[in-house]
Amino acid sequence: MTRIGLRILSAIPTLLGVVVVTFLLTRVLPGDPAVFFASNPAMSAADIAAVRESLGLDRPLYEQFLIYLGNLAQGDLGRSIATGQPVAAEFARRLPASAELTFLAFFLAVVVAVPLGLVAALRPGSLIDHAARLIATLGVSMPTFVTGLLLIHVFYFRAGVMPEPIGRLDPFLFEPARVTGFLTIDALFAGDRQVFVAALHQMMLPAVTMALFALAPLARMTRASMIATLGSEFIRSARAAGLSRGKIIVVYALRNAMLPVVTTMGMVFSYMLGANVLVERVFSWPGIGAFAIDSIVNLDYAPLQGFVLIMAAIFIAVNLVVDIVTVLIDPRVEN
Amino acid sequence: MTARAQPGRIRRALRGNPLNLIALGLLGLICVIAVLGPSLVPHDPLATDTAVALQPPSAQHWFGTDQLGRDLFSRVVVATRLDLLIALGAVALSMVAGSVLGAIIGYWGGVLDAVVSRLVDVLMAFPLFVLAMALVAALGNSVINVVYATAIVNLPFYIRLARSEIRPRRALGYAEAARAGGSGNWRILSRHLIPNIAAPLVIQGSVNLGWAVLNAAGLSFLGLGVRPPTPEWGIMVAEGARFIASGQWWIVTFPGLALMLAVFTFNLLGDALRDILDPRLRT
Amino acid sequence: MTPLLSIRGLSVDFETRHGTVHVLDHLSFDIAPGEIVGIIGESGSGKSVTACSVMGILDRAGRITRGDILFQGESLLAMGRRARDGWRGRDASIIFQNPRAALNPIRTVGDQIADVIARHTSLSRSRIRRRVQQSLRDVRVPDPERRAGAYPFQLSGGLCQRIGIAMALACTPRLLIADEPTSGLDVTTQAVIMDLIRDLARENGTAVALITHDLALAAGNCDRLVIMHAGHVVEIAPTAEIIARPRHPYTAGLLRSVPSLAESLDQLQAIEGSLPDLRRSDLPPCRFAERCTRRLPQCDAPGPLVLTACGPGHLVACRNLP
Repeated sequence: MTRIGLRILSAIPTLLGVVVVTFLLTRVLPGDPAVFFASNPAMSAADIAAVRESLGLDRPLYEQFLIYLGNLAQGDLGRSIATGQPVAAEFARRLPASAELTFLAFFLAVVVAVPLGLVAALRPGSLIDHAARLIATLGVSMPTFVTGLLLIHVFYFRAGVMPEPIGRLDPFLFEPARVTGFLTIDALFAGDRQVFVAALHQMMLPAVTMALFALAPLARMTRASMIATLGSEFIRSARAAGLSRGKIIVVYALRNAMLPVVTTMGMVFSYMLGANVLVERVFSWPGIGAFAIDSIVNLDYAPLQGFVLIMAAIFIAVNLVVDIVTVLIDPRVEN
Repeated sequence: MTARAQPGRIRRALRGNPLNLIALGLLGLICVIAVLGPSLVPHDPLATDTAVALQPPSAQHWFGTDQLGRDLFSRVVVATRLDLLIALGAVALSMVAGSVLGAIIGYWGGVLDAVVSRLVDVLMAFPLFVLAMALVAALGNSVINVVYATAIVNLPFYIRLARSEIRPRRALGYAEAARAGGSGNWRILSRHLIPNIAAPLVIQGSVNLGWAVLNAAGLSFLGLGVRPPTPEWGIMVAEGARFIASGQWWIVTFPGLALMLAVFTFNLLGDALRDILDPRLRT
Repeated sequence: MTPLLSIRGLSVDFETRHGTVHVLDHLSFDIAPGEIVGIIGESGSGKSVTACSVMGILDRAGRITRGDILFQGESLLAMGRRARDGWRGRDASIIFQNPRAALNPIRTVGDQIADVIARHTSLSRSRIRRRVQQSLRDVRVPDPERRAGAYPFQLSGGLCQRIGIAMALACTPRLLIADEPTSGLDVTTQAVIMDLIRDLARENGTAVALITHDLALAAGNCDRLVIMHAGHVVEIAPTAEIIARPRHPYTAGLLRSVPSLAESLDQLQAIEGSLPDLRRSDLPPCRFAERCTRRLPQCDAPGPLVLTACGPGHLVACRNLP
């Protein structure tokens, strides 16, 4: 337990560093938000100064940082200049959209890539092996936003099997009562099968787009790790003891092979956090990435700052989970 | 210990795996296009002609035309130079800066090492693309800032790589011998230690090139970095995005294919370099 | 009496990137029930490949091209896969050189022994647990209840090898193959482990095939010695006989090269030359010929080298016996 506790503790300085960096980043943004806010020509210089003061931009940097920290501790991420609304509230509203998509994409990637890598490892040099590598390499060479657009063209425009990419749900359907914010889960809670299917349908293309890119590293690592494990001495001993093929592959080889694969999963998740932005743009998905991009154009620094912070925090959390899972799987790992 | 490319190794690597040959061929093709392309294109990449807007591929316009009637083929070819330069610039910058910094902290250790390593940890706590986005937004919307942002985001890899290669070697036999022979620390670093890490650095660099191209294109797609009407693969895809759902597929597909070809080439190149310089590193 | 294990004219080839390696050629020897046989040879002589062939765990690149392996009169090579898998670990088992590497690093040693028992018996969970404890006590592991829950990285090399022995003997096999079981251990532990193997084998009537390059170790623990060179068996005899009267020049060379405390460094005698390249298609019938001091034209005459009797229980493969 102490191994896990220590790991959690060591994430804190990194988190602090992330907060500092995020803060500094947006202080460097060009353009004076106060001027933007005061695009109304009726405002005088005094009004602009007042706005600046209210945003705290006239204080020295370290003071601004302390204020920022204090606000963060209270869950206050500032206000969006464009909408005037608190950023935190907007994020809370939009986060489930991004999360639902990312989880589905991650799930798809793992469920396809890991078995693919396993089969390729059990039959090296076979047709499946080569096919897997080809698909994986192609998937990783194609930029996410291009893949998304091409998929839309093929499956929506040409084949007509996928819905129009205009958001989470067909505008003629009503969103179910919000429990988690995940349309699929909420639909299940409400017993509304039609909405469940429609929401899933709408998520398919964007999730597949994100998953495609993640296939390559996952499949490759699973294959390499499994091959390495299957060639190790303790597997030879297990075979020599007459253990059944199933037991050797699943209990002996797989668990050992999974260790580097779990680490790769962490990296893949990090990539997906970044790809979120691109996919949300392509599919008009109302998530936090879309919000962040729109706010960049407006030089609206609070949402951007909040976005970067949240993404980094999620990434740190994911890495922590990966670390903890590794510790649980592998008794050899010390701190 | 030193992995240098002997001519025999190069030949064997090329013959052993046909993909390596393909990688080099494609690389050559891309370089030729980047250098000679702009002078050889059939149409002016910036010339608009709304009369022929949104035409599918034809004999006059091999890749079709976009919504302003510009020839897509010319634009894709001309964009090669820009995308390549951005990627090369970013990778070169981060490779040089990162490896020197990593070598220094790996060699001298101490407080400098602790501080820089912590900074690197913090940098790596951000999802790469998100950080690049934020940096471009912070520094300003221009091409050079895309280069800087990509370079900064890639720094940690080189710092860590150089550090992990130099650190165990600083006390090795030949370093000690050099020190005993009177060489100063800088000499030891530059003459003996850094050349030894050249191989993994170069391999990492070539893989990074692929990622840098995707990164730059992604940023441009979002409207950060390169601005229209400059031909660049990312913005061309962005411009074409509106039309793909209504059937005009060529505006997105051809720049997309160009992107894929470039990234694919750099990924293959990374594998080929691994075969030539140090086959042990291959997965 | 039917031999427990009978290897008859076994030939094994390995496909490698640099060509086909003829690792074993017309290999033949027997092991009687309950006896301890030492299989001696330098690295590359094919001892481990022989062991893997008997156990049926040859690498994918290996192919048995000729010959047969009989266990209690029944052909192992003709056995179906399921029967062979059941035989392995139950009727015969093997322990390896690097004891910690031979164990699953993320599974407790108790679980690993239990896996073997569960595979070959249909005992209940609690019975298996008790069997595991008994196994650990048999191999003289101190504090067996606690040790059963340990992971290999927490145990010393000697303890790991004891666990390996426990796993190998858990189902009281008729044959135990020990492939360099003590090479990875320090000298005192070596002696202790060898004693353990010998004692347990005698107790259960298990035959042991001790594979080693250490002639002194084999001489001190084995009833009979089988000398191998470059994939051939060159001499077989009871230990005392072979040490007193080595008939094959290679055996003689081996005995001479064992350093004794009385010798100095420059008195060490090596055997001239090295193992021939086994990828050659023009290998002479006697693979020692090119290193041999008493080579004759008849040594190169075509036809496989055969083992001929030259004393009580003493076989040698040489065409130029003085």
